[in-house]
Amino acid sequence: MHYGYFYLEGAFLPELVASGIACLKQDRLLFDSLSFTLSEARLVHLKGANGAGKTSLLRILSGLSQPAGGQILYNGRPLDARYCQQLIYIGHKSGLSNNLSALDNLTYWCAQHGVSSTEQQRVAILDELGLVGLETLPVKSLSAGQQRRVALARLWLKPAAIWLLDEPFTALDVQGVQMIETKIRDFVSRGGVVMLTSHQALSQHAGDYQTIELEYRW
Amino acid sequence: MSYLYQGVFKRDMALAFRQKAELAQPLMFLLMVVTLFPLGVSPSPATLQLIGPGVIWIAAILSSLMGMERLFREDFQNGSLEQMTLSGQPLFLIAGVKVLVHWLVSIVPLLLLSPLLALFLNLSLPMYIALLATLVLGTPLLSLIGAIAVGLTVGLERGSLLLSLLLLPVFIPLLIFATSAVEAASMQLPYLPQLAIIGAMLLLAIALAPFAIAYALRVSQH
Repeated sequence: MHYGYFYLEGAFLPELVASGIACLKQDRLLFDSLSFTLSEARLVHLKGANGAGKTSLLRILSGLSQPAGGQILYNGRPLDARYCQQLIYIGHKSGLSNNLSALDNLTYWCAQHGVSSTEQQRVAILDELGLVGLETLPVKSLSAGQQRRVALARLWLKPAAIWLLDEPFTALDVQGVQMIETKIRDFVSRGGVVMLTSHQALSQHAGDYQTIELEYRW
Repeated sequence: MSYLYQGVFKRDMALAFRQKAELAQPLMFLLMVVTLFPLGVSPSPATLQLIGPGVIWIAAILSSLMGMERLFREDFQNGSLEQMTLSGQPLFLIAGVKVLVHWLVSIVPLLLLSPLLALFLNLSLPMYIALLATLVLGTPLLSLIGAIAVGLTVGLERGSLLLSLLLLPVFIPLLIFATSAVEAASMQLPYLPQLAIIGAMLLLAIALAPFAIAYALRVSQH
C-alpha cells in the first residue's frame, strides 16, 4: 500500500467537507446545521465552553461516531478506510497500553496503521520528545506529561494529511507545547490540515490559524 | 494480514504475558470449584462420575466469564480501541484476532488442565475423550459469543455482572449438548451427533460473530 506525502506534490489536496452536521447527546442538541470545509494548509482552533460539543465534533470528524444529521465527505467520498490512512486522531484517551513500554506502544501502533518505520527512527523520535532512557519503561511509570508526549509521537511517525487533536497540550510543559506548536506549523506549511481543541490560546509558534466557535446550548 | 499479525496478534500476546497473574486466576478458580464438589456433594466414585462432566463444563463457563472482560475493557478505557478502529483495518478482523488471542491464552491452558480435572472426578477414558472433544469445539464458541456481550457492555461502569446475566442463558444449549455427549460416551453410545451440533454452532459463530462484535464495539464507542 502506498502512503507518503502526496500533498507535497500538490497533485491531490486533502479536503474535508462537513455539511449540515448535527450531534445529539442524551436528548441534548449540541450543535446542528454545522457546515465547514477544511482544505489544505489550514489550522483550525475549535473553541467552546465545557460541554459545548468539541470532543463530539472531533469524534464525528474522525468517523468514530456518526452525526445525528448531515454528512461528511473526504475528497468527495464518505469516511472509509482510505480516510483512516490519511488521518491521525489523538483523543482525550492516550491510546497507550499501560503495561507496554513507550517503544512497544508505538511499534504496535505503527503496525496497525501500516506505517513503516524502523526501531531507530522510533527511538530517535522519542528522544527528540525528551524521553531519552525512558523508551523501554512501561508507560504506567511515566508522568502524565511524558505519556502525552508518547501519544503525540504519532505525529512524527505517520505520514497523514489530517490531524484531529483533542486537547493535545494537556499536561505538557511550556517547552513541550512549543515543540508541538512548531510541529503543527511545519505540517500546515507543507499542506496539512489540523483541527485542534485547546483552552489555552495558541502562540505565534503555531502560525496563522482560524477559529471555529461552538456555542454552549442547553 | 501482516498488519493484523504484527499489530494486534503480537501486541495482545505481549500484553497477556505481562499479566500472567490475571491469566492464572481463572484457572485457579476452575481448579478450586471442581475440587469443592467431591467435598461438598459426595466423594463416592459413582456420584462423581455422574456429575463430573456437568461440573467441569459449568466451572469452565464460569471461569471463562471471569476472564472475558479482559478482552476489550482495558483497550477501551485507555483508548487503544479507538486507535485500532481508526487504523483502516476492518474492525471485524481486528475483533476476530483479539478473540483468537483470548482463546489461546485463557482457554487453551484450561484444556491442558482438563486431564487433571477428569482424574479428580473419576471420569473414564472414553468419557474424558468425549469431554475433551466438546471442550475443543465448545470453548471457541464461548469466546466468540462472549466477545459480543463484552463489546456491548464495555462502555458501562459496572458491566461484569450484567455480562454474566446476558451470557449464561445463551450458553445453555452448548451445556446441554456437551454434557449429553459425555453421558453418551459413558454408556458407550455414539456421541457424534452432539459434537456435530456443537460444531455447527461454532461454524455459525465463526462466520457471524466477528461482525456482531465489530458492530457492538462501534456502538459502545459512539
